[in-house]
Amino acid sequence: MADFLINTVGLPEWLAWTTTAVVAAVLILNVIAGGALVFIWAERKIAARIQDRLGPTRTGGRFGWLQSLADGIKLLAKEDLMPEGADGMLFRLAPYISFCASFCAFIALPFAFDFVGQRLNVGVFFVVAVLGLEVFGVILAGYASASKWSLFGAMREAAQVVSYEVPLGMCVVVPVMLAGSMDLVTIAEKQAGWVSSWYLFHDPFTFVIFWVYVTCAVASVNRAPFDLAEAESELVAGFHTEYSGLRWSFFFMAEYGSMFLVSALAALLFLGGWNGPIPVAHLLGLSDGTGDTAGYFVRLLGCGNLIVKASLGVLIMMWIRWSLPRLRIDQVMATCLKYCTPIAAAMFAGAMFWQLALPGGLVRGLSRPAGEVREGWLEGPGGLSVRPTKAVSTPAVPVALVDDPRSQTEAKSIVQVSP
Amino acid sequence: MNHFPFVDGMQSAMGAVLAVGLIDSPVSVAHYLVVGAVLFTAGVVCMTVKRNALGVLMGIELVLNGANVNFVAFSSPYLRGEGAVSLGLDGQVIALFVILLAAAEAAVALAITLNFYNNHATVDIDRADDLKG
Amino acid sequence: MMPATLSLALPLALPLALLMTLPLAAINWHTLLFLLFAVVACACAVAVVLADNVVRMAFYLVLSLGATAGLFFLAGAEFLGAMQLMIYVGGTLVLLVFGVMLTAQSPFVAIKTSTGDRVLAGMVGAALLAVLLQSAFRVEAWQLPAVGAVTAPTATPLGMALLGVRVDAPAAGAPETAVRSGYLLPFEIVSVHLLVVLVGAAYLARAKRRRTPRAIDVAASSSSPPSSSSSGGVAATAREASSSSALVPGGRR
Repeated sequence: MADFLINTVGLPEWLAWTTTAVVAAVLILNVIAGGALVFIWAERKIAARIQDRLGPTRTGGRFGWLQSLADGIKLLAKEDLMPEGADGMLFRLAPYISFCASFCAFIALPFAFDFVGQRLNVGVFFVVAVLGLEVFGVILAGYASASKWSLFGAMREAAQVVSYEVPLGMCVVVPVMLAGSMDLVTIAEKQAGWVSSWYLFHDPFTFVIFWVYVTCAVASVNRAPFDLAEAESELVAGFHTEYSGLRWSFFFMAEYGSMFLVSALAALLFLGGWNGPIPVAHLLGLSDGTGDTAGYFVRLLGCGNLIVKASLGVLIMMWIRWSLPRLRIDQVMATCLKYCTPIAAAMFAGAMFWQLALPGGLVRGLSRPAGEVREGWLEGPGGLSVRPTKAVSTPAVPVALVDDPRSQTEAKSIVQVSP
Repeated sequence: MNHFPFVDGMQSAMGAVLAVGLIDSPVSVAHYLVVGAVLFTAGVVCMTVKRNALGVLMGIELVLNGANVNFVAFSSPYLRGEGAVSLGLDGQVIALFVILLAAAEAAVALAITLNFYNNHATVDIDRADDLKG
Repeated sequence: MMPATLSLALPLALPLALLMTLPLAAINWHTLLFLLFAVVACACAVAVVLADNVVRMAFYLVLSLGATAGLFFLAGAEFLGAMQLMIYVGGTLVLLVFGVMLTAQSPFVAIKTSTGDRVLAGMVGAALLAVLLQSAFRVEAWQLPAVGAVTAPTATPLGMALLGVRVDAPAAGAPETAVRSGYLLPFEIVSVHLLVVLVGAAYLARAKRRRTPRAIDVAASSSSPPSSSSSGGVAATAREASSSSALVPGGRR
């Protein structure tokens, strides 16, 4: 976008970059905030229907569309309380830390081929790392509230989130291994084609890993059945007991933002990202490269695809929440250490051997040659305006067999492009 | 904090000199070295001044971070001047191992601190004088 | 109403006017962002030294290490920056904060070193800083303005180096015939090291069967409930939490 502003509109360079950054930040903020509004309404409706009642039906018409807005106005108008023994600075800062961690992870999340805040080479790693920082807001909130319910809830939640990062990391490594890159754009690009080229259907081990990922992701964002940190029946309200009004709503925007983030990550890693089940754009002969308006609309379609998949993930999380009973803390820890981690490790080993033996997956994509991808980091320093297509029929990261001619060619090509 | 005026004066004078000299040029390795030096010194002072065992541990983390900043500065391809030698990838690998080992020693140090707390009901390291003659 | 809006507008107008006079086009954004991260990192590091409350110290340390991760990203070490965020900030510091919570003390108990010790430490620190800064500015090669090359990202070459195969281009300025070793052996050693640390720390911190009660249990029972409610709110609840082992029901085994 900065190139467009510099070349077509003729803005000075510093203004173009600043505008691009501001637009990206505003768009991401809207995704989180608007998404939170929609998801809060959806949660109340889904919860109601599962519990055989109707949910909001009065604010804004028959379906209660404006219920979230009413909730927001109520929260804004509430009195801003702080408990007497609370640590003032930490109490005030804690919700913003949670929200910032959730917001920062969206920087590296691509919504379509060129719709990414900052295309990082270590995108997946960055997203998972920043997700783990959200727990700081929780710990500080629990500590600074000077209430034992808050502290208990915060410690439990911190233990849970930190423990589940281990199997989450292992689950995330499997698509990285299949794609050969940690770049989220590359991982999604490699799943282009029909639905059979999604990594979910790549091999049975990845299929199981996806379900382990779902479990770990739900535990990571502290949603039921893993939500005893905010369990109303046990800890009043856990770490956010003493928070009211706008500060509480920041915690909840952070939670819904994280839910959307892990769902979008699942969509990118396993469900094909912005590629739909049927490659409509490719069949019509359009491509989503930069530089033409048709490509822009194709990318917009892809962005819509990703948002639909991520929203489906969030709705499924809500469905799970209102269907399953809550786990105790020792059951949560047992699930992590006794089930998720060994299964993830075994499936990772299985996927690794499958990739060595049958590197194409079960069914190759029919619309493009297998694995044709715009390998971003091979492009020139102009950014994404150059589009070499590199047909890769082998795993992009070769196993380190130094005398294997395949790996040597790969290694040579890497050496050639680095100045 | 009555001892800090002396230190403050010296450090602020140095800071003024640095600010005038460094702010207009593009960032070079020396800028990163200054940051590394400040982190390292803060860590060393933290280790010496704090009586809380966890405060000492935080000082250790700061020291290791200062060293990491130095390594990354020497290995960065963006900061290299004309004709200067860069560490290349080696600096980043060293910094990686430093991070890993710092995590390991923090875990062990915390286990020790917890044991100490359980046995002495305090984390004040000046109370660790059972073996004093 | 008018004086109120005026008093609101003036503090906003003044910095805006100052901003407009700056040559915005000449700002080197790399330098600006570097200064932003560097100032946060250094200020928070100094705040760690100056703070009294140990939780605030941990908070400032988190900010400092986060800013350092930003510095790593600016220097082009993306993998290292993400690693710093995940392991250092997200792992080590969470562990540290856990330790702080579990060993929380009443804030009214002053754990401060004597003034003489602090003066001495301040002087030694100042001398160390002077030596380091002077050596940083002594080498001309380190002060040359940056060339600013755009290079290939480092994740794949780093991974390959850890497997023992060096695929990156030789470092700038290094002799072409220098032997560049892979890092497979240190990688394996560190893996075993981490396993040993995991087992060791778990063993050290295990709940032990005791014949005589722990010192903290004695201290907790001797400070009877009326006095614990009057001491600092936060620390008292933290101590209660630690002595009743909040995490797992039925703590001692």
